Amino acid sequence: MTHTTTNIATETQRGPVPLPAPAARALVSLGATGTIASAFLSWTYSSNFPGDLTIYGYPAGLQILAIVAGALTLLYSLTLWNVRGLHRLNPAGATSPVLMTALSAFTVCWFAAIAIAVDLGGLVNLAPGAYVAVAASALPVIGALALPHPAPGTGLRGYLTKPDQPRPGPLPALAERAVITLGTAVALIVFTYGIGINDDESETFIGYLLAIVFATWALVHAGLLDRYAGISARHKGFSATLAFVAVAVFPFTQDNDHNANLGVSILVFATVALGLNIVVGLTGLLDLGYVAFLGVGAYAAALVSGSEFSRFSGVQFPFWAAALTGMAASLVFGVLIGAPTLRLRGDYLAIVTLGFGEIFRIAVNNLDGVSGPNLTNGPNGISRIPDLEIFGFNLGDAHDVGSFTLGRFANYLFLMLFFTAIVVLVFTRAADSRIGRSWIAIREDETAATAMGINGFRVKLIAFALGAALAGLAGTVMAHVNYSVNPQPYQFAGAAPPNSAFLLAAVVLGGMGTVSGPLLGASLLYLIPEKLQFLKNYELFAFGIALVLLMRFRPEGIIANRRRQLEFHDSNTPDTPAQPDEPAVTKAGA
Amino acid sequence: MTTPVLEARAVTMRFGGLTAVHSVDLTVGSGEIVGLIGPNGAGKTTFFNCLTGLYIPTEGTVTYQGTVLPPKPHLVTQAGIARTFQNIRLFANMTVLENVLVGRHTRTKEGLWSALLRGPGFKKAEKESEARAMDLLAFVGLDHKRDHLARNLPYGEQRKLEIARALASEPGLLLLDEPTAGMNPQETRATEELVFAIRDKGIAVLVIEHDMRFIFNLCDRVAVLVQGEKLVEGTSDVVQADERVIAAYLGTPFEGEPGEEEAAEVAAAEAAADAPADSTTGSTEGDSQ
Ligand SMILES: Nc1ncnc2c1ncn2[C@@H]1O[C@H](COP(=O)(O)OP(=O)(O)O)[C@@H](O)[C@H]1O
Ligand SMILES: [Mg+2]
Repeated sequence: MTHTTTNIATETQRGPVPLPAPAARALVSLGATGTIASAFLSWTYSSNFPGDLTIYGYPAGLQILAIVAGALTLLYSLTLWNVRGLHRLNPAGATSPVLMTALSAFTVCWFAAIAIAVDLGGLVNLAPGAYVAVAASALPVIGALALPHPAPGTGLRGYLTKPDQPRPGPLPALAERAVITLGTAVALIVFTYGIGINDDESETFIGYLLAIVFATWALVHAGLLDRYAGISARHKGFSATLAFVAVAVFPFTQDNDHNANLGVSILVFATVALGLNIVVGLTGLLDLGYVAFLGVGAYAAALVSGSEFSRFSGVQFPFWAAALTGMAASLVFGVLIGAPTLRLRGDYLAIVTLGFGEIFRIAVNNLDGVSGPNLTNGPNGISRIPDLEIFGFNLGDAHDVGSFTLGRFANYLFLMLFFTAIVVLVFTRAADSRIGRSWIAIREDETAATAMGINGFRVKLIAFALGAALAGLAGTVMAHVNYSVNPQPYQFAGAAPPNSAFLLAAVVLGGMGTVSGPLLGASLLYLIPEKLQFLKNYELFAFGIALVLLMRFRPEGIIANRRRQLEFHDSNTPDTPAQPDEPAVTKAGA
Repeated sequence: MTTPVLEARAVTMRFGGLTAVHSVDLTVGSGEIVGLIGPNGAGKTTFFNCLTGLYIPTEGTVTYQGTVLPPKPHLVTQAGIARTFQNIRLFANMTVLENVLVGRHTRTKEGLWSALLRGPGFKKAEKESEARAMDLLAFVGLDHKRDHLARNLPYGEQRKLEIARALASEPGLLLLDEPTAGMNPQETRATEELVFAIRDKGIAVLVIEHDMRFIFNLCDRVAVLVQGEKLVEGTSDVVQADERVIAAYLGTPFEGEPGEEEAAEVAAAEAAADAPADSTTGSTEGDSQ
């Protein structure tokens, strides 16, 4: 079937490059193979370039990315050769996935060559291998442009619009579970690779991002991500369990506790983003000071942690009590902020939460006994928070599990993972219930929702308070992970997460109203500033540009809501505008 | 007539200097279908909003089955009055089934805790709600579209869904605001049947409509609102014969196929009186409820 589609297409329309189709396909496959081979050569003479690309036979850094991107390109070029079984990867034999994979290899190789020349000062630093990579990775792009044009007459735009892919029916359950397992494993490997890139190897990380963006794009165009989403929706429990297993496996893949530290910070950030998603994504309330609730929880836990810098240094709650205290404190603040403002409609809440966020930080800064009562130790914060002890396990000590040694941060990662699981459970269960439906109804149309008997104030307050309590819970773990709390991170916008703007961005970028969206968005927003240290002062600028681009090209976020998928699935029904122009309606009946 | 389901007494609604509804009395008896007609901008929708608590009437009281209603929409729905909107207000990004489930909000109790703990009570309630919702969808003929997004439904089906959603709150009185606006004659006929079927369930109906044939076929009683005041009230025949009603409606074109007698009425009235020119353009505001 693939074969015929391709042939018919070939006869009718060609891409911008005039080459016969078989030659074009050969060019793609050849170039992809060449790209892979080039990675085993030396790309530069100096080991000063991040990753050390000098050694023959030992690909490193960007070269590994070139191999992966090259292999993907090769795979997708083979889908055009009518190879048995491969048509599943590109059911319509579409051109654009091939082009996207080719671009992923091309951008990685060319970026590497340019970065070498710029970093080390001149083209002389490029070893022959780099020239091979540059040449070989360009071939698949040329070849792909000679393949049938996806939508003749639309120029380059045609390549950017998602082709129609047939949607094969469900696989046998076991096969679907195997697909989910594979997908989770790939995600874990990709994530582990990214987090493992050294902080001073920004070049490698940029290459990593380029490869991922284009590869993902290819998978979207091949219809694979949609199908994967469908499959994991059919096995929700299974895929969620696997995702948690994957996170739990992560510390075992790391031999250094620094990455586990990153991991636990990402997990805290992602969990808080998921809590915010209840408020923003489900209920549609704009909360611009959400990070303050994280702060309330963290400070509450720090105060009862037994730290000698705490105002109540004699008090040391067991962790479960500290966690409840943090939650309760955030809940109280949530209700205090929400009660007066949620009765009003419109943007009052945004302004009040923005104010609350700032007031929290400034108050905490000043409650040091000099400019106010002594509670928070001012800008110095509360440090030397003792490590937790749970069931006789001191989380501060390294523990051996089999042949693996799990350090302090790995221990906290497991603790945090437990809390993440709680928040995910709370989110999914609440969303799929009477209360969750009333949140969504309020978000969709508050007037209609109240006319359906929903007490808007009440359900909004529940959402707001629940969101606050979940952030407080995450805060209690964060205080212990970081050894200390201080006012500095709890701002509206800053160069590094967590801050309210980043949290909000994680939700919007990832996909409002979904579970995996904010988790993914938060991971990206945490990792990118961490790994691209050179951006420094331009970070917020880059962040802003990225957000604008995202809103332009994918307003629903990376992970589209299930409802969006339904919309997609509905598209074959006759479409009428949901809200026809009002005058037309009134006149029509008049 | 036994105890009236709805009794509005001297309801007045002022917006600044504008009196949109002026001292209107209206009763709806149980099992009755009452029509409310009047030119655009007469205050019909505003009157509905006063009844359902979306507006707090400047003066007057609204009584439902003998108890005075508080001007809070959710309490009005709780009490047993459900409504639809002139400009459809579905939850566009929710599925058809979810829309109806939201309508059941007042008749279910499961709160956050039971949602989180998912005990047997929760599951039972959800199942029951879903069954009730599916019954209603079948009643309006939308059960085959349960998993479609509301926004993707054709216009006529959106109106039906709005009615199903309103019925989900198990009302004693249903308020319909121009339920056939924008519909073709067949759809209008189907809506007529639907309203009769609703009445047969024991639910009283108060309906705003511009389609005269629809109103006069359907209603036991019709009240005419002009410039915020109730002009006449009575059976179809009484209202149809009233000169002032004809005058008030002058220049308002009937869309679809006007009946012969209506066409004749219009022609006769056009000759008799001078038409207020602006009543054709439709002064209804885009975001009126
Ligand atoms: N919220 C409001 N504020 C000010 N004026 C309003 C408001 N709602 C309705 N009106 C005015 O009240 C009058 C009656 O409107 P409406 O009840 O929508 O008429 P109908 O439904 O009979 O066509 C109109 O003049 C309208 O502009
Ligand atoms: Mg109206």
